[in-house]
Amino acid sequence: MLATHVEPATTLAQLEATKPEKVTIVLLSGDLDRAMAAFIIATGAAAMGMQVTIFFTFWGLNAIRKKGATSSAKDWLRRMFGALNKGGAEALPLSRFHFGGLGTKVMQMVMKQNRMPGVPELMETALDLGVRFIACTTTMGLMGITKDTLIDGVDQFAGVTTYLAEAKQGSVNLFI
Amino acid sequence: MQADVTLDTLGYFCPMPIILTSKKIKELALGQVLEVLSDDEGIKKDMPAWCETTGHQMVGLEEEQAKSGWIYKAFVKKTK
Repeated sequence: MLATHVEPATTLAQLEATKPEKVTIVLLSGDLDRAMAAFIIATGAAAMGMQVTIFFTFWGLNAIRKKGATSSAKDWLRRMFGALNKGGAEALPLSRFHFGGLGTKVMQMVMKQNRMPGVPELMETALDLGVRFIACTTTMGLMGITKDTLIDGVDQFAGVTTYLAEAKQGSVNLFI
Repeated sequence: MQADVTLDTLGYFCPMPIILTSKKIKELALGQVLEVLSDDEGIKKDMPAWCETTGHQMVGLEEEQAKSGWIYKAFVKKTK
């Protein structure tokens, strides 16, 4: 049997040197403000040269649904749910002060006046910088969201194991 | 301070100045200095942090009072 002697300190140092800087973000929320925070962190990290993956689950999936997308699920219950649950990065409501859409409209106006990128622009920048988008298949099924109603930038359709395999290597893992 | 290339990010908020910087720096040759103009005060801390992570060198920071407020000039030397 071949015995290998490793110096723990050097091995650790090597491991740290070769470990890529990785960021994973779980976006569960479909709120405008939370999605903005997620995409600002993602784009910032990507600009710093870090590998970034965002997992979209539950309401977070709304951010990567096509504008005005409804559902093409087979059963009427999920189709109805998909119709009620409006999709599209442009349509995300504020978590507070939404006021039936008025508050959110005002916020978007103020953002535009201040040349602040909104969720659609930030998302485009993220894709441009190589941020990977992964859609959670379980919640897609649950909410009647089908692949054809999601934007083209989605890199993978996967579940919790894929997320954990990525998060395990991540130095920053966020749940938003 | 003298720069080879100037990047104007006036009017843009975080994270745009950093994202634009990370794109612009690719166009520079090794050793050239990029000057980033910003009116977002966060740049004072964010640019050194970006340099530390990416391995580029922060060679200077200047502040200037303009009519509309403070303008920050961050100088980044491309080192890799």
